[in-house]
Amino acid sequence: MTAATRPGPGRMAYLAFCTLVFVFLVAPILVIVPLSFNAEPYFTFTEGMLRLDPDAWSLRWYREIIENEAWTGSLVNSMVIGVSATVIATVLGTLAALGLANPAVPARRAIMGILISPMVTPVIIAAAGMFFFYSGLGLGQTHLGIILAHAALGVPFVVVTVTATLAAYDPNLTRAAASLGAGPWTTFRRVQFPLIAPGVISGALFAFAVSFDEVVVVLFMGGVDQRTIPRQMWSGIREQISPAILAVATFLIAFAALLLLTVEWLRRRGRA
Amino acid sequence: MKVSVAPERRAQLRALGLVAPLLIFIGVTFIAPLATMLTRSVHDPVVADALPETLALLEAWDGTGTPPEAVYAAAARELERATAERTVGQVAGRVNRVQGGLRSVVTGTARDLGDIGQGPWREAMTAIDEAWADPATWHAIRTTGERFTARHYLNAVDLQRLPDGSVASQPEERRIYLRLFLRTLMVSGVITLLCLLLGYPIAHLIARAPPHRANLLLVLVLVPFWTSLLVRTTAWIVLLQTQGVLNDILVAMGLVSDDGRLAMVYNMTGTIVAMTHVLLPFMVLPLYSVMRGIPATHMNAAASLGATPLQAFLRVYWPQSLPGVGAGALLVFILAIGYYITPALVGGSDGQLISNMIAYHMQTSLNWGLAAALGGVLLAGVLVLYALYDRLVGVERMGLG
Repeated sequence: MTAATRPGPGRMAYLAFCTLVFVFLVAPILVIVPLSFNAEPYFTFTEGMLRLDPDAWSLRWYREIIENEAWTGSLVNSMVIGVSATVIATVLGTLAALGLANPAVPARRAIMGILISPMVTPVIIAAAGMFFFYSGLGLGQTHLGIILAHAALGVPFVVVTVTATLAAYDPNLTRAAASLGAGPWTTFRRVQFPLIAPGVISGALFAFAVSFDEVVVVLFMGGVDQRTIPRQMWSGIREQISPAILAVATFLIAFAALLLLTVEWLRRRGRA
Repeated sequence: MKVSVAPERRAQLRALGLVAPLLIFIGVTFIAPLATMLTRSVHDPVVADALPETLALLEAWDGTGTPPEAVYAAAARELERATAERTVGQVAGRVNRVQGGLRSVVTGTARDLGDIGQGPWREAMTAIDEAWADPATWHAIRTTGERFTARHYLNAVDLQRLPDGSVASQPEERRIYLRLFLRTLMVSGVITLLCLLLGYPIAHLIARAPPHRANLLLVLVLVPFWTSLLVRTTAWIVLLQTQGVLNDILVAMGLVSDDGRLAMVYNMTGTIVAMTHVLLPFMVLPLYSVMRGIPATHMNAAASLGATPLQAFLRVYWPQSLPGVGAGALLVFILAIGYYITPALVGGSDGQLISNMIAYHMQTSLNWGLAAALGGVLLAGVLVLYALYDRLVGVERMGLG
């Protein structure tokens, strides 16, 4: 409608403001990528980089993280903890969401409130409590302790996503399957699950992202053997900040983009 | 009738059976740890366990002058035992928090008592340290001896219990927590406002854009949402530090001299800028989902009825977008008041929030009771806001858009 008429000054200002906000959102993240190829140990663009002098650009920080066992070890830890926590959160979260889809469940609202509470509880309080409680159980400084903690933090995302998908599920399909002779399990496996699968997978990706990015619980509960990538970055930023951090960050940005595109793709598939 | 109740009942039980495993899991892995933490804020048995007889005898003491010889004798005996059991350090640390300087008095006395075989203990202990003649010392021991205590919560809101049992403000130089709570609330408020200011226009733009462009713009909002928090925080350090990209640009443009580079990070500015960036998607997504439901025809109708664009916005669009504003603002505020990582990394000394103080007492000062009480106050605030969010929006629609 505005395409035909020339945009007025008000609309120009509005579009300019919006553009600036989008720059604010994305530019800080994008700046990291070229800086990770800096040949010098600086956090800013050297003159050589600006002249596009090939000698000013290098892969030295990437070489450094690949050769550094602290970083490769933390990647393994992050993957092991992230995948295990995701499996627990996704299985339990999906089951609970299926149960909560039944309006007859007593105290549905209160149960929902409890299941989502890990998402809003300040993580420092949760981490401090977990430190005491898990140490008491002998789970301090163990992978299992952190996996359980991360699963708890990932649960709300699974419950929310799967619940949202189930809201769009037509219960008549279950009745139709039952009337055609399918048992509850067959109905779930052949009818309901394929339809809600995009929501379940999105929820799982959210839960994985939560664990993969979590640092406070690891700071409180993890020992040297449980160092994850965020934990390693945390000490990198606090202690000996080096552009190697930017190389790791670039890797994480690529990874985030991959997760984001997958979730968006799933969401569109779920809607279609 | 009877026939239809039974299957209904069975469906209900099956639904509960599906929910139960997760409810138990969250109860054990998440709620129980929180409960342990909160217990610590009111339950502190270390001194009570170490000095039971001393504390029992102190009950009879009226709080003026020095306690009777029997108290000294019991204290001497129990301090020696605490030394043998290696709990004297914990006792000394707790007493020291009530009355500064008593740590060395307690540990030093406990050490030297070993060389003195017999009483009178009042003279012996006072000879080791004059502090034992001061009623304040005994008051501190009595205070820390309460097995169940409100002192951590009093401390968390800058109050203390005086020797006569009344509650009063902490001395001026020890009143830091209320100010910190207030600062946390104010900073969170500022961040929420900034997020609204930046988020409202772009949510509106996305909601009104044709579908394929809206999807592209949404991805721009979601990129920071999915990018690691530590990456985003690192990005702001890189951009804002004195030798960083933004200062370099300002110097190159001649807006700032090379010596006058701006301090934009490791202070409150850094905390506010980075947290606004981190939390902005949580504002945009709920706003967008509400705005998408506002028909474009409403604004046209207002215009055709003679409203100026501003009038149409204020009287037609803004009221309809309010649920999104409420949802986004509450969510951002809830997340902001409990934030820890970003202030810890870019906040410097003046950009710290209450969570950072909790971490300090957990890890550095090891005053776990106080950390738990500060956490308890913060948690209570968050739960109130969370309940409000549930009433206004519903928790199952949390945050993801």
